[in-house]
Amino acid sequence: MSTQPLRELLERAFPDATELDVLDRTGGGDHFQVVVTAPSLSGLSLVEQHRRVYEALSAPLGDGTIHELRIKTKGAT
Amino acid sequence: MSYTDQIKDVIESSDVVLFMKGTPSFVMCGNSDRALQALRRAGAPVTAIDVLPDPQIRQELSAISGWPTIPQVFVKGELVGGADIVEELEQSGELATTLREKLGDDFGAERDEKTVGLAG
Repeated sequence: MSTQPLRELLERAFPDATELDVLDRTGGGDHFQVVVTAPSLSGLSLVEQHRRVYEALSAPLGDGTIHELRIKTKGAT
Repeated sequence: MSYTDQIKDVIESSDVVLFMKGTPSFVMCGNSDRALQALRRAGAPVTAIDVLPDPQIRQELSAISGWPTIPQVFVKGELVGGADIVEELEQSGELATTLREKLGDDFGAERDEKTVGLAG
């Protein structure tokens, strides 16, 4: 999978994102790193912030398209 | 006892639990290793559980925690996060603070690390 469909899922889940990045870590299309900074994440624990990302990407996570996911989130400053 | 009962039991009765792929002496996944190393740097007394012996373990764990991936770290019964969060908290010093708050100042004194197997 390319990074574009993942980016679109995240953009839909975080329309307020000030920073949104999807990186294919190995070039193999299944190990990804996502970075999301959004005001809607402010005030949430890291666990809750990462949960939001997992929810946004539940389809590609569930069907095995994403084999490994690294997440970096921040509430907007 | 079902896996679910055993998982809940170990989460509730252990200070720090790491659900991982492999064991501390034979880690089978890079992310499990990242979490383990971060916990070791913080001096956490880790109780490790290998999820690989039976896919059912992972399934039942995720149903309990609402967290889809492995590793998963719990401190005093509460989900702290996966590898990314634990690493981030260790680097910022927050992990040590949390451990001190929840386990007491001498949490690292024993440095015991153990592996617990679940019965299928």
